[in-house]
Amino acid sequence: MKPIIDLIKELADTHGRNRESLLPILQGVVEQERYLSEYSMIEIARELDIPATEVYGTATFYSFLDYRKMGKNIIRVCKTITCAMKGEMQILLAIEDMLKIKVGETTPDGLFTLLRTNCLGLCHKAPAMLVNSEVYTDLTPEKIREILTMYINKKEEELNHVN
Amino acid sequence: MSTSYLLKRADFIFKNENDWEEVLSKSISRPPHELINELISSELKGRGGAGFPTGLKWKVAAEVKSNVKYVICNADEGEPGTFKDREILSKVPFKVLTAIAICGYVIGAKEGFIYLRGEYTFLKPELLKAIKEFEYYCKEIGLDFTIKIFIGSGAYICGEETALFESMEGKRGEPRNKPPYPTISGYMSKPTVINNVETLAHTYTIFKYGSKRFYDLGVQYSRGTKLFSVSGDTPKPGIYELELGMSLADFVEEFGDDDTKAVQVGGASGFLVPRKRFAETNIGFQGKLVGISLPTGGSMMLFNSSRSMYNVLDNYLNFFAEESCGQCTPCRVGCQQLLRGIKAVKRGEKNAQYLDKLLHLAETMQITAKCGLGQSVANSFSSIVENFREEMIY
Repeated sequence: MKPIIDLIKELADTHGRNRESLLPILQGVVEQERYLSEYSMIEIARELDIPATEVYGTATFYSFLDYRKMGKNIIRVCKTITCAMKGEMQILLAIEDMLKIKVGETTPDGLFTLLRTNCLGLCHKAPAMLVNSEVYTDLTPEKIREILTMYINKKEEELNHVN
Repeated sequence: MSTSYLLKRADFIFKNENDWEEVLSKSISRPPHELINELISSELKGRGGAGFPTGLKWKVAAEVKSNVKYVICNADEGEPGTFKDREILSKVPFKVLTAIAICGYVIGAKEGFIYLRGEYTFLKPELLKAIKEFEYYCKEIGLDFTIKIFIGSGAYICGEETALFESMEGKRGEPRNKPPYPTISGYMSKPTVINNVETLAHTYTIFKYGSKRFYDLGVQYSRGTKLFSVSGDTPKPGIYELELGMSLADFVEEFGDDDTKAVQVGGASGFLVPRKRFAETNIGFQGKLVGISLPTGGSMMLFNSSRSMYNVLDNYLNFFAEESCGQCTPCRVGCQQLLRGIKAVKRGEKNAQYLDKLLHLAETMQITAKCGLGQSVANSFSSIVENFREEMIY
């Protein structure tokens, strides 16, 4: 994890300081931080020399650029018609049951945020979801438990590694 | 029952051909106008759903005088029920890259972009690898052309070409007024050719085999093949390449589960066709003399008799209400009012005649909305409410 200011400078060096580089920079910050804080939006505006309101206006348009604090892993369950028909509700229930959070909430340890999203383009393998940018398809409640356990174990491994 | 056009399978797009280098070098040794004529005589129409003649688009962009021009591959595949572009980019990326470069050669552009939707970010590493190899070959044969990937951030409306430009320019993805059209003033106000992924993949086929091979497939006004994304209540969901012009009845016979009640052709912004109209409906662009022709971006969602059409419509309207960019009033307010309206009728707070008012509102949106999103809400809304009125009420 880099300090946000360094990260923004680095992203601006890579993508340029034009208006066209705004979206890639926002995406780069979200990739590390998972969301855009007011502070980071102001810093991006300073770096690109544009009004902070422009940054805010652009960022809030896009559903993948969150401006509320998010968990480390963002789960996005597809809610569009085919996934809805093929058991999206059971999938949501399985996640809610396991993580003890509702849609829109973040686990107290900050590991997961649960969201619903529009069509992921995986209708032939419904129900589907994204965890960050990883794709999971043909979901069942059993599969959900396996996938989430994997992410939980990954975190524990990282903790052990640090210790 | 019309059985004049049985399903005809084809295999062009996903055919494993390792000859992109040859197709590219051969194509760019031909004069640009010859390539444009090849496209025009193939009668290829845009495969994103709108069906604009591709050859004409390239021709206009080629004729405009400008030092800087762009080619953009629209991979912001957001329409519910379509997933073909993802498959093309992951299975045959070099066909698309080759087509982008040939387009660049034809119109005189040095830069190409792939606008990849945020949901498909996982494709990026493989695509970057392919682009690297591709650009290396371009340099070898002396073609000055680069391709960059631009990732979207989860906005359906950015699939609309002018909203896509706005998004690439670092702004909110709000559609612009047309005209000017992208071929005159597109990305960064420069002449831009923007084509769907599948359209570009078809141009590869045309440049490789010649326009006649493509033209001979399909029916009048709807030439060639098309990828169909089949999902919903079907025993074999997936992606299929079929000749255009087939009857929906034949389609349902092949892909249905013997209990198909309705098919949504063209995703949430397309039309719902009830069982009684399967036989008279053909899949292709407008202009056929007999029956109804429905154009499609390739999304075919099947519903069997266990599905409530009210739930389906509710799902679509939620989708539109969320994805409306909010710029023009008919769409911003209309989508929400339609959603509230059908809920009120369902709960009995409004009588059944209220549905007629909602149909009128949908029609108003079709006339007054600024872009394709607001204009096409009426397609699914009217076709569902008119054909399944009783399901909306009880």
